[in-house]
Amino acid sequence: MNSFPGTGYEGKNWTEFMEGIWERNPVFVMVLGMCPTLAVTVSAINSISMGLATTFVMAASCWLVSLLRHQIPKEVRIATYIVIIATFVTVVDYAIQAISLDMYEALGAYIQLIVANCLVLGRAEAHAARNAPLPAALNGLGMGLGFTLGLVMIGGVREILGAGTLLGFSLFGANFQPWVVMVLPPGGFFVMGGWLLVFALVRARRERAAVAAQET
Amino acid sequence: MMRESLGQILVTSILSGNFVLAMFLGMCPFLGVTHSVAVAFPLGLATTFVIVIASLSAYALNLVLGLMHLEFLRLICYIVVIAAAVQLVEMFVKRQSPALFRALGIYLPLITTNCAVLGVALFQTAREYDFAQSLTFALGGGIGFTIALVLLASVRERIELSDVPGVLKGTAMSLMLAGILSLSFMGFAGLGG
Repeated sequence: MNSFPGTGYEGKNWTEFMEGIWERNPVFVMVLGMCPTLAVTVSAINSISMGLATTFVMAASCWLVSLLRHQIPKEVRIATYIVIIATFVTVVDYAIQAISLDMYEALGAYIQLIVANCLVLGRAEAHAARNAPLPAALNGLGMGLGFTLGLVMIGGVREILGAGTLLGFSLFGANFQPWVVMVLPPGGFFVMGGWLLVFALVRARRERAAVAAQET
Repeated sequence: MMRESLGQILVTSILSGNFVLAMFLGMCPFLGVTHSVAVAFPLGLATTFVIVIASLSAYALNLVLGLMHLEFLRLICYIVVIAAAVQLVEMFVKRQSPALFRALGIYLPLITTNCAVLGVALFQTAREYDFAQSLTFALGGGIGFTIALVLLASVRERIELSDVPGVLKGTAMSLMLAGILSLSFMGFAGLGG
């Protein structure tokens, strides 16, 4: 269903890539990797950096896991995956420190916690270990971008409601009373729950429409 | 860095700085196994045990790596030690209580990728806690994690019996409940400094 005929993007690789972005979005459909999702999404820019860092780790480690899939003994595969992931996370950690110290301080220990993101390990185990390097890397990339999209959707809402800004630009003028709780921990739960609620409502409405269409 | 007293660290890590509700560590088991108190409580205890072990080993590892100037290997070493500790707990639970082992299912090995465990190791390093402080922080964090798990599980057990709109069922509901719990835990802010 994701073949997009006529655009030149038919084929398996495109499907692998698109799967994570919408149809099986890691944040809203699979509900994986919740810790960074809720912890760093106090603003849109934090969400973007965290998402991109995770994307890099996902794509790189999926690629390497897939490359080594015939060499890794089955008994120690999880440990091996974790070491591979931890290596790339260390790279990202030092890279962010070099690029922007402010961002490094804002994200703090949550960059290193990408290691413990169940999404990354989950994809390595469920997809990369069974597929060739290119589709595995593309799938990791797609999942990572889908994760970024999810983070930005949460971070954007929290920043707008909690600070009245988006990406640092003021939206409502000086009279806006920020809804501070939204940038505090409970806000993360509420916004995430709210998005899930919206998606559930849309799905329920679509199902009703499908049933109604069948009956007529 | 300001030295915090042990009491402060304990109270902060259990209540106002609760791992799950304020720092968002360990969300997967928090949303995954909180269907019933009977499962949530043992998992909380198992996680507490792993957290303490991880904290102690991380402290020792950090000393060794610091001596050898290999700080960039810290993350990799931590995660390997944690994986070994989880394996230990898994074997123990399997031997002592096969029923519990089945109930916990995939979430037992998943303690390895529980952010709370790695989080303790990373936060205590970042905050430069000494030995006693690290131990207190780990213990408090584990207790706080267990409390949060049991609280959400008991609320969810009650919600099961009430009439909830269909679209709200499942994760959306748990998140809203967690938000309200988190909001109430914020009331502890200021306690313990």
